[in-house]
Amino acid sequence: MAVVDYKVAGSIEEAVSLLANAKIFTQILAGGTDLIIQTKAQANPVAVVDVKKIDSMMSATMSDSGLTLGPSMSCVEFTARKDIKAMFPGLVDAAYLIGSTQVQGRCSVGGNLCNASPAADTIPALIANGAECVINGPKGERTVSVEAFVTGVGQNCMAKDELLSAIKIAKPAAGTADAYLRFIPRSEMDIAVAGAGVSVTLDASGTCTAARVAIGAVAVTALLVPEAANALIGSKLDDAALKAAADAASNASKPISDRRGTVEFRRHVVGVLVKRAAVIAATRAKEK
Amino acid sequence: MAKVHVSSTVNGEVMEFLCEPQETLLDVLRNQLNMTGTKEGCGSGDCGACSVTVNGALVCSCLVLGVEAEGAEIGTVEGVSNKDQLHVIQQKFLEHAALQCGICTPGLVVSTQALLKTNPKPTEEEARYYLAGNLCRCTGYDKIIRAVMDSAETLRGDA
Repeated sequence: MAVVDYKVAGSIEEAVSLLANAKIFTQILAGGTDLIIQTKAQANPVAVVDVKKIDSMMSATMSDSGLTLGPSMSCVEFTARKDIKAMFPGLVDAAYLIGSTQVQGRCSVGGNLCNASPAADTIPALIANGAECVINGPKGERTVSVEAFVTGVGQNCMAKDELLSAIKIAKPAAGTADAYLRFIPRSEMDIAVAGAGVSVTLDASGTCTAARVAIGAVAVTALLVPEAANALIGSKLDDAALKAAADAASNASKPISDRRGTVEFRRHVVGVLVKRAAVIAATRAKEK
Repeated sequence: MAKVHVSSTVNGEVMEFLCEPQETLLDVLRNQLNMTGTKEGCGSGDCGACSVTVNGALVCSCLVLGVEAEGAEIGTVEGVSNKDQLHVIQQKFLEHAALQCGICTPGLVVSTQALLKTNPKPTEEEARYYLAGNLCRCTGYDKIIRAVMDSAETLRGDA
């Protein structure tokens, strides 16, 4: 184990300063459910900056402008928030799927995002909702979309002295709802073989006027698939539109074969998940 | 790096210890505070044998740094019983023979207590999902679930 230094940041500014002035490789510690395992496997010394004493990192607010989520808020607290679940049920479902009850007690949406696993459950759900990352560094604040934030397997766009300080999702238009589905061979405690996050906006006639489709675990990063969304927009999510969206998602996927699934299987299943998630999102949108 | 002085409340009692930044809460409980009820299984957050509560949240103590326990309220299996009087959950695990080798049992008892605190009347399915992070390689889970459901009923006073 290689954690050689532990510091607690009391504010975003202090966390940025600790990162900027670090003498050795330094990482942000939130729930640690990925980080602590990674440090155990590392031979090199690692310093950690604990951000759990920063209120804004650990809380979430819903307002007329939408959701501002503290990236380090534990999933057990996040998924218990009825106001967030009412607005973004798919994102809450995705957060609930991470690990066991014990892991839920520590893990966070921001941690899942920064860890940037290709199979992360919350990333397609965030992309489907058009979520944005607020990043703080020595030069100030910048905002990037979630699809631009994740740059590779375990990689994100932040420099060493930057910190994810908030995740923002604008309040969706009326008649909008989301859904996230994943395939795993077990019924619990597993990592997505394929995942799909879908957000749809329906008008009074049930016609889809806007949509976002994102797929996970089928490429090095989660992918936004505009072709799949375009297949839904203008339709009443009839079988032909759903099949076109599924085909577009399958075609956009670039999966690998590993012990959890083959290329052919993942390509097929991700389409099925998009179709099913679109139906669930539409049902939710009609109930809103 | 110098050891860090940490003060936390364990099972209601203020405890102080010195720990290296890389030591986990599990290491501290077992090796420094001599509270060996909490077991180490996988050391990677997969098996739940080291389950404890930190500020009320059920967590794997192998995935918490000891230094993070500063100012925290920790609950371990040692705090479940009332001195020599077994907790209902512990008694039901015995009655239903819900253990064989026993390594998973402290974690399951702590997790069951956390489950019944948040959901006093779980369905069997809810109990199984909640406890999915507690692996048992002996029992096949059926007796554990019977003990959990019986505990819930007894604690509610429905029995």
